[in-house]
Amino acid sequence: MSTTQVVSSRPTATEPERTIRRYTLSERVHHWIAAFTYLYCLITGLAFWSPYMYWLATLVGGGPTARFWHPWLGLGFTLSVFWMFKIWHGDMRLTDADRRWSKAIRYYIENEDEKLPPIGRFNYGQKLFFWLMFYGIILLLISGFGMWLVESIPWSLGWLRYLAVTVHVVAALATIGGFIIHVYMGTAMVRGGFTSIIRGEVSTTWAKTHHRLWYEEITKGTSAEK
Amino acid sequence: MSQATLAIHRISGHAGPAPGEGVERASQVCKLVDTTTCIGCKACEVACLEWNGYTFTDTVFDNSYQTMPATAWNFWNLIKFNEHEREDGSITLLMRKDQCMHCADPGCLAACPADGAIVQYTNGIVDFQQSNCIGCGYCVSGCPFDIPKFNPATKKMFKCTLCSDRVSEGLEPACIKSCPTGCLHSGTKDDMKELAATRATQLRENFGFEKAGVYDPAGVGGTGVIYVLHDATDPESYGGLPKDPRVPWVVRFWKGPAKWIGNLAMLGGIVGVTLHYLRFGPKQVEAAKHEDGGRP
Repeated sequence: MSTTQVVSSRPTATEPERTIRRYTLSERVHHWIAAFTYLYCLITGLAFWSPYMYWLATLVGGGPTARFWHPWLGLGFTLSVFWMFKIWHGDMRLTDADRRWSKAIRYYIENEDEKLPPIGRFNYGQKLFFWLMFYGIILLLISGFGMWLVESIPWSLGWLRYLAVTVHVVAALATIGGFIIHVYMGTAMVRGGFTSIIRGEVSTTWAKTHHRLWYEEITKGTSAEK
Repeated sequence: MSQATLAIHRISGHAGPAPGEGVERASQVCKLVDTTTCIGCKACEVACLEWNGYTFTDTVFDNSYQTMPATAWNFWNLIKFNEHEREDGSITLLMRKDQCMHCADPGCLAACPADGAIVQYTNGIVDFQQSNCIGCGYCVSGCPFDIPKFNPATKKMFKCTLCSDRVSEGLEPACIKSCPTGCLHSGTKDDMKELAATRATQLRENFGFEKAGVYDPAGVGGTGVIYVLHDATDPESYGGLPKDPRVPWVVRFWKGPAKWIGNLAMLGGIVGVTLHYLRFGPKQVEAAKHEDGGRP
């Protein structure tokens, strides 16, 4: 929470809307490192996944190039997720407010947000996505090393080779599911969300509507409180 | 490798059927290794290196006659030595020429994601095409015999080609040509099976090897390399020849049903969010502003 503050009020003639800093520059930079490394691993991973998507490897320089960089950018993604864990694991802990919110999640899905209980900086869905990616990358990291250094696994422990493939596929598909929903919500569904992860700021209305407890906490004792 | 006269039967990582598939049938090429007449001279190891242009490199002394613990990316043909204790307590030295088995149903080809990196010719030879190989190592997981090896310098996989270049020109494989005892034969699969069966019968009836038999595992559809063994009930003692090799079921599932379950799930996710958008649309806080009596 210390990373957020009321940064400015921008009175203009037509739109005197206050804004609140939602993400620091450092948070945004790491989000986009994670985004681009994940996207690279997604594109190349799908190319290795199916002959019908092998053409995707062409987009990033061809099969051998894709194969060379996939594990290295995967390591980059891992580091960025671990960094997010370091700064966000407190914020991402499930609270009673989240549990109340999760019981009313259908109102969120059906855009009847006024019927939802108030929540903090991140909502239940965002937290689930965070933990999905966090545990997903741990599985992808371990199984990925198994596939990267497959010849180092002795023949007598051959089942480990097969386990690595299985875990990598299951974990990858799980993160892809989360990724599809995350991108959809961050760009098309929740308006203002995409701007917030680029410029770092949201309007006070946005904060009040989507994250009221967070809004109340960071505006406590400031002029923005209402 | 020369493909001048080699028609392709199967191709790895390919969307749709392999071009030219099924237009031609050729006799199946087969190597027969009679372990009962092998003397472990390693002439085949040297011939393999010479023909394929590899120099001999440093190796590991394994307290046995074996040249190195396992085949390598630049060492495709290895005699495996095993000091085997017979039931009566006496010792015999079992020697088996280890190399790619050229399975009729190749696990490496099933596992390979790169278009055309592994091909199976109509004559049954399974060959790696390094120009298409991406070096992912999936073939390592697919192979029931632990044969494909990675060259870290070029980042490509290598293994025995069954001298596809020589065979396409009507020559026998280099290892076969070099064998001084005649324990190595090559020809069509049918001829080799017949020769192997005759030899196994001879061993059973005239030499007292009651368990002698032919190794041509059905689990991988039969192989392009078959063995005559003194004891066909215990192939494991011949340097770890698997008793019932199969393409791992994980690889089968991964390359079969899992692919379509996964693809449908991913497609379902994309269709799902699209339908959600069409049905419920975006969340806009501007709307709330109006209700608050905010500015228009």
